[in-house]
Amino acid sequence: MDAILLQILNGLDKGSAYALIALGLTLIFGTLGVVNFAHGALFMLGAFCAVTLNRLLSLGFVPEDASATSVGGFSFGAAKETPYVEHWFGESVGAAIIDWSVPLSILFAIPVMIGIGVIMERGLIKHFYKRPHADQILVTFGLAIVLQEIIKFYYGANPIPTPAPEAFRGSFDFGALVGFDPNTIIYPYWRLVYFAFAALIIGGVFAFLQFTTFGMVVRAGMADRETVGLLGINIDRRFTIMFGIAAAVAGLAGVMYTPINSPNYHMGMDFLVLSFVVVVVGGMGSLPGAVLAGFLLGILESFASMAAVLETLPGINQIVIYLVAIIILLTRPRGLMGRKGVMEE
Amino acid sequence: MLGLTKKDFALLLVVTALALFAPFILNPFPEGSGMAQFNAGYPDLMQRFAIFGIFAIGFNILFGLTGYLSFGHAAFLGVGSYAAIWMMKLLTDNILPAMLLSVVIAGLFSLVVGYISLRRSGIYFAILTLAFAQMSYALAYSVLTPITGGETGLQLKLNDPRILDAALAPGERANANLFGLDMTASHELYFGAWQFTFNAGYYIAAACLILAFYLSIRIFRSPFGMMLRAIKSNNTRMTYTGLNARPYALAAFVISGMYAGLAGGLMVAMDTQVGPERMFWTASGEVVLMTILGGAGTLIGPVLGSGVIKYMENIISKINGSILHEWFSWMPDGLEDALVTLIYPFVGKGWHLTLGIVFMLVVIFLPGGLVEGGQRIGRMFRRNGGASRAAKDIAEQRNPAE
Amino acid sequence: MSKSNFTRRGLLKTSAVAGAGLALPTYLRAQEGGFTNAPDGDTVTLGFNVPQSGPYADEGADELRAYELAVEHLNGGGDGGMMQTFSSDALQGNGIMGKKVEFVTGDTQTKSDAARASAKSMIEKDGAIMITGGSSSGVAVAVQALCQEAGIIFMAGLTHSNDTTGKDKKANGFRHFFNSWMSGAALAPVLAGEYGKDRKAYHLTADYNWGYTTEDAMRKETEAMGWETVNAVKTPLTQTDFSSYIAPVLQSGADVLILNHYGGNMVNSLTNAVQFGLREKTVNGKQFEIIVPLYSELMARGAGKNISGILGSQNWDWKLENEKGDRYKGTNAFVQSFGEKYGFPPSQAAQTCYVQTLLYADAVERAGSFNPCAVVEALEGYEFDGLGNGPTLYRAADHQCFKDVVVVRGKENPENEFDLVEIVEVTPAEKVTYEPDIPEFEGTLGECNPGA
Repeated sequence: MDAILLQILNGLDKGSAYALIALGLTLIFGTLGVVNFAHGALFMLGAFCAVTLNRLLSLGFVPEDASATSVGGFSFGAAKETPYVEHWFGESVGAAIIDWSVPLSILFAIPVMIGIGVIMERGLIKHFYKRPHADQILVTFGLAIVLQEIIKFYYGANPIPTPAPEAFRGSFDFGALVGFDPNTIIYPYWRLVYFAFAALIIGGVFAFLQFTTFGMVVRAGMADRETVGLLGINIDRRFTIMFGIAAAVAGLAGVMYTPINSPNYHMGMDFLVLSFVVVVVGGMGSLPGAVLAGFLLGILESFASMAAVLETLPGINQIVIYLVAIIILLTRPRGLMGRKGVMEE
Repeated sequence: MLGLTKKDFALLLVVTALALFAPFILNPFPEGSGMAQFNAGYPDLMQRFAIFGIFAIGFNILFGLTGYLSFGHAAFLGVGSYAAIWMMKLLTDNILPAMLLSVVIAGLFSLVVGYISLRRSGIYFAILTLAFAQMSYALAYSVLTPITGGETGLQLKLNDPRILDAALAPGERANANLFGLDMTASHELYFGAWQFTFNAGYYIAAACLILAFYLSIRIFRSPFGMMLRAIKSNNTRMTYTGLNARPYALAAFVISGMYAGLAGGLMVAMDTQVGPERMFWTASGEVVLMTILGGAGTLIGPVLGSGVIKYMENIISKINGSILHEWFSWMPDGLEDALVTLIYPFVGKGWHLTLGIVFMLVVIFLPGGLVEGGQRIGRMFRRNGGASRAAKDIAEQRNPAE
Repeated sequence: MSKSNFTRRGLLKTSAVAGAGLALPTYLRAQEGGFTNAPDGDTVTLGFNVPQSGPYADEGADELRAYELAVEHLNGGGDGGMMQTFSSDALQGNGIMGKKVEFVTGDTQTKSDAARASAKSMIEKDGAIMITGGSSSGVAVAVQALCQEAGIIFMAGLTHSNDTTGKDKKANGFRHFFNSWMSGAALAPVLAGEYGKDRKAYHLTADYNWGYTTEDAMRKETEAMGWETVNAVKTPLTQTDFSSYIAPVLQSGADVLILNHYGGNMVNSLTNAVQFGLREKTVNGKQFEIIVPLYSELMARGAGKNISGILGSQNWDWKLENEKGDRYKGTNAFVQSFGEKYGFPPSQAAQTCYVQTLLYADAVERAGSFNPCAVVEALEGYEFDGLGNGPTLYRAADHQCFKDVVVVRGKENPENEFDLVEIVEVTPAEKVTYEPDIPEFEGTLGECNPGA
């Protein structure tokens, strides 16, 4: 029982990550109709916003009395640098700023990612709305490779540790709270934060599309772009803004994910296929569908990783997501909540 | 001739000539010159050009004609490879049974996957095929290790049974062959400073490529091909006329799966080993990119696309810093360093960057893929009076995707 | 030792085309009776096949640095590095047998197909006489088999699975790096000393060959000293978030977690495990511990602070000579020349690649021939010293090096990003030596192939 409860918790957390990543994709892919293979790259760029801010904050100088490590007459670097922020704001405040660099990156990433999204849409994607999907795949895949290689050029290929603030280290004993033995159901604090953050962003995007005039126009534009255009509404500009928002959502998912997985230039490709599966299983053109599919796949993946399950079905953890995707797509023609006629040709 | 129109026959001749003279065409620079780095006329790469050409031609029959985008074709290539290597381990090192079995097994596997996946269309179909391929990859890498060799894959071993072959003499190794003709056997021709390699394996792969290309022309021009195009242009209308499109789409799917199986079998025949990465989604994505890059729906496009991608992967990735310095050593020092610094990010370990840029440039400036480039050059020639026959043929065969 | 009747270079030379100063690919002329790619000019070409794209690109870059340094030293440049301390004095700094060493590079992408394509182009196009490099066992096994077929010597880079010199061993292939079995044997006594003999272990294992052999070795060794294996769960290679695998660990009553993961898997699983607060827990009245059987500097850098206090094993460490004395001579000489050239200390992958290149060159010199069969003979059963690992044996039966294994622990307070681990102990070679015919290493070496 406690094992199952534990995996449900785990699944919800995994699911929130999947849902958040898929949310940005479904805005672009499910609704604007662009097969965006660069979505993973946007997620990765978000994560590297956090890395960049951390690096900027940790910039420092070497105190003059530093000693160096030496081997066989050769010395490697000097001892620790003192970051400027510690020099300027005092040691404790400076250290705290560096410690909180991941949450602070949210503020940094939002304008950066919106900017990237808008530039991408205006400079490139705009010209591809009416082109065949094949062309969209090629151009966005090319873009994804270019973005990845730029990051690799500056940051290398190795994962870069980007820890959560000290206050969120360790885990919360959930089991003890509901009456199980201590240590049976534990849950890292940062994952609770991630879960709450994902819920906030998902809720925010829904509210924005549902309750604002802007959202209404965009939704109308998705359904019938030409008619909305004929009504004298500048749908193009709104689509650009949508693209910026989608990029920001992808980027924020990346920022908050950095303490869970050390980011590397390749992480976008690792999530690309998964996010496409989540969006399609959720159903094309449906935001709630994508979120639902994210949670569903997250929970099932968690169950499949249980030792007891693996004993009866070895290897199920390798394929569970794809197996479930096949079953759902065969039983429900348009995924969980897909709209008719979106990307069915 | 051969049931082809004059134009198609000319195109087939062009492809045949290109394939036969590839060792010359791909080695235009003399050995030892700085430009020799760009020579691609060595057996392994020529074999890969032919193999991936076949793979892409087959993929194009499905995607280019019906518009069904499969994102899992690498699975068929992988299954074909596994079938071939087992055949060579158990039965004989002769590549013929191995290749036959790889085509059959890949055909059967694609029948199953296609039958299920074709119940859906558009993106739903793509994700279904992707899911099957990813499952094949994941299982081959892990739990199926006893059959697939897992991460380290399968190779020919000295103690394989090979029931049809005579026992190996001590010191002798098992070699892939065609009735005794060793796949690695080559003949070298020297012509001044030029060196050309004629490799047995390559010519077998090239023969398969020509055959595959011929079949693809026949399919494109047949009533069956027309039917496949009808699926793409308007599936609904086709259904209203009382025709059931699915058997046709399934046939196209299985044919392209068999092409993939042939490519997989050839890969083993040329280079006797299999690893599961062959089935990873990036490999499926690669054939999609090859086809689109070259020009989906055109006859020659996929071959061009696969050639460009494999060339980048194998040639550009090998240009390192010291080679760059060698090239520009005749320049003044400052200029040399500046030029090397400028080019360095795009070659060697940065070859992916160049690949990405090529993808973007092609799709932005040549919406129909590389074939459109040929078409434009062709038009330019025609305006100048001297119409280039091949380019014109290519131009007229262009058949835009979707 | 040298059998000069193998070499027919004189004959080959005459068939070479006049006017070409660089080494011509002689892949085919080998059929005339010599061996594949016999060097016929005044240069010899080596092929450095390392990952340059994909997750291991940085490791590949470090390997390449080591190779370039080795080539520089072989050609008489720089300070000579480990050539000064090497027990053999066959290398003179005038190239290999008087021929200047040149090299070509390629990208394995850490995929066996790409690695073989790259190695083949080196053999067929560039006329490489030896291929070396790589950072995974899948690639090592694939390229080793290719070199066996083509008649080229393969000097493996970083590969840790038993299979490379076990079930997939080949006569033309040589491995300097240690393996899963040795990691287990080296770690067990240290673990018993540090954590006691009464422990309950939980394994998370990467679901592929290397993971299997490592789990196997760790289980065998730890169970032999009295540990109980509570559970062993396989995780997919493509997994990035390990939370659902780590969460049940505490429930199981285990007090040690063994992560049989490498590269990105290891960075993520360790980060997740630390995030779950496992290291602060007390189970069965004991402090909960995490073990990573195979450490690497780059992974340690990727995992950051999370590695502090975690035990693991390494092939070599750049502080070895400073801390453990003269037995590991060569280490400082190498670190110094590497550091002076690149500004930071070398990784264990770099050391292995550098040493492999030197060993190959030395074997050619001693054999007096580039013929692969002569080189194999020179390397088989070769005992050497002064290359940083202490006295080492290249065993004839399986072409595996036997040498001391370093047990390390992540530092609590690293001084800089290159000094992340401290050396806990060095397990002597005899403790990690096994018989070549034990079931885990069953396979046939075959005979050397000169590529006739």
